[in-house]
Amino acid sequence: MKKFRIFAILTMITLLTAFVTGCGGGATEEKKAADATEIIIGGNLELSGAVATYGTALKNGAELYFDEVNAGEGVLGKQIKFKVLDNKSETTESTNVATRLITQDKAVAIFGAATSGNTMGAMQVAMDNKVPIITPSGTALEVTVDPNTNQVRDYVFRTCFIDPFQGIVMSNFASNELKAKTAVIYVDNQSPYAKGLAQFFEEAFVKQGGKIIGKEAFVPEDQDFKATLTKIKNLNPDVIYLPAYYEAVGKIVKQAREIGFTAPFLGADGWDSPKLVEIAGANPLNGTYFTNHYSSQQDDPIVKEFVEKYQAKYGQIPDTFAALGYDTAILLVDAIKRSGDATPEKINEALAATKDLQTVTGKLSVDEQHNPVKGAVILEMKDGKQVYNTYVTP
Amino acid sequence: MDVFFQQLINGISLGSIYALIALGYTMVYGIVQLINFAHGDVYMVGAYIGFYTTAILGWSFVPALLMAMIICAVVGVIIEKLAYKPLRNAPRLAALITAIGVSLLLEYGMMFFVSPQVRTFPNVLPDIQYTLFNSVVISNRQILILVVTVFLMLLLQFIVHKTMIGKAMRAVSYDKQAAQLMGINVNNTISATFAIGSALAAAAGVLVGIYYNAISPLMGLMPGLKAFVAAVLGGIGIIPGAMAGGFLLGIIEAMVSGYGQSLFRDPVAFLILIIFLIVKPTGIFGKNVREKV
Repeated sequence: MKKFRIFAILTMITLLTAFVTGCGGGATEEKKAADATEIIIGGNLELSGAVATYGTALKNGAELYFDEVNAGEGVLGKQIKFKVLDNKSETTESTNVATRLITQDKAVAIFGAATSGNTMGAMQVAMDNKVPIITPSGTALEVTVDPNTNQVRDYVFRTCFIDPFQGIVMSNFASNELKAKTAVIYVDNQSPYAKGLAQFFEEAFVKQGGKIIGKEAFVPEDQDFKATLTKIKNLNPDVIYLPAYYEAVGKIVKQAREIGFTAPFLGADGWDSPKLVEIAGANPLNGTYFTNHYSSQQDDPIVKEFVEKYQAKYGQIPDTFAALGYDTAILLVDAIKRSGDATPEKINEALAATKDLQTVTGKLSVDEQHNPVKGAVILEMKDGKQVYNTYVTP
Repeated sequence: MDVFFQQLINGISLGSIYALIALGYTMVYGIVQLINFAHGDVYMVGAYIGFYTTAILGWSFVPALLMAMIICAVVGVIIEKLAYKPLRNAPRLAALITAIGVSLLLEYGMMFFVSPQVRTFPNVLPDIQYTLFNSVVISNRQILILVVTVFLMLLLQFIVHKTMIGKAMRAVSYDKQAAQLMGINVNNTISATFAIGSALAAAAGVLVGIYYNAISPLMGLMPGLKAFVAAVLGGIGIIPGAMAGGFLLGIIEAMVSGYGQSLFRDPVAFLILIIFLIVKPTGIFGKNVREKV
């Protein structure tokens, strides 16, 4: 018995030593290899599953910029290696992908995920390992700020604007450009996104001296909105704020025009889909506006250049996600340059200190809550096409 | 007053759809005492056939409507033969649970085949609005829905009261065994009932597709439940009751949204169901001795 125990202890010690030295050796070797030629950025993106189009566009946008950088002089004399793994649009898979990218591939920063939920699945891993994580398109407030403690999450950043900003921008546009004095809010009652936007729009609109004369709600399964729309028509508001996703928006705008209700409808980035025009029809959508991150029709030279390059490489007009992916790559490369040595800690510090960085979606600074301070575009629907109207700076 | 008329028009067009679906519920209940929860999904299948024939084959409205009605009649008969007939003598709960199973099968089977994304109908009809008394707006599609619904209801009344199959249906619903002893083929009669009910649901599906311009595999869920409420409201098993119940429910919903709170509409509809089931389970048209089909 005693012999056995000694034997066991000895074996364990041998094994442990082998393990530790093996590991250590491997890590230093890998690190050396990485240090010598390339900087690894991990991509945790939705390449399949429910929101696969988001992840794919983000990847295309980011690769476009990384390729440009690599074709030029690189960063700090090194090449960037963008290693993308598919999180299948699932939160748990997003956690796994982030773990793998950080522990095995030694990524210095994580790019993604596309949605707020998947980003939140990955961010604990990133924070534990002190590696910065940037979501290009997760708009929920609590991604960068812990709602329970109001503490900023040190290693989490984003490239898109947040929901309150969209509500405020649309309210400014309604008051200043459309000269609206009265508004009705018609909100998707089952979407936290829509309800958040409605709240911020209302606060801003009232502050600017406008009046909310009615608040109505619907559930997304509804088919018939005419009764409520008749009621809203009778209130005769100057504008209607309709924060919702494109399917309900299409039905509502169509039915509103059918009962002869012509006031402008205002919305947010949830409207951005080709399905909107299919459902509502081109004519009914005339005189509707929504906020978005970017428009491929902006007259800005940087936007034009981006659209040209993207079209040349992928043969299609870049959508919002492609632009945000490209911008996130710009943000990362800029931070790596300023970090001096491309370690996760230094990159993180540099990200937080980003100021007036020129990106496709606007001039971007990172504020103390790790949200970008930049403008939004207002798009107008004209004969079934999204037409760029104005760019609003915060 | 204008607003009231506008809401009345909104309610009647919504109610026509409920009435068409409710007819199928009530006929099937009248004849086999089964609440066919898959009925709302037959309506969805009808909408998809309408979509396929107009958008892909490029047919016009009337042939598309007829095609949807014919195919759904066949679908209704198949469902009855495969799912309900083997359970005809089983406890009613077994058949009810099977109905829910068929409903889920149709919904998710459709989602598998056509993907869950929303489809939009092509413009098979011009879109014209008429303005009455200054500000009441009615569209040609609303008129069409009402005309088609009323026409189909009259046709149904004719079938039930003036034809042999109608007579057989009334006899079977009154007393299955006695009807069989009189030489009526009960199986065929029940199949015919499912066929007619499903065809009416298909018509509703195509009309909804054209009117609201958006269809999806889960579109049958809510209208199916609402039509069930309408059938109970009018008196389940009674054909004129289903029509009246459908129109009434549509108008009530429009008034609740128009004069009350938009979110109270669905709760009110289901509250009506609960109140009727407690206070007057036989519905508005129900008598103690039921005349059923």
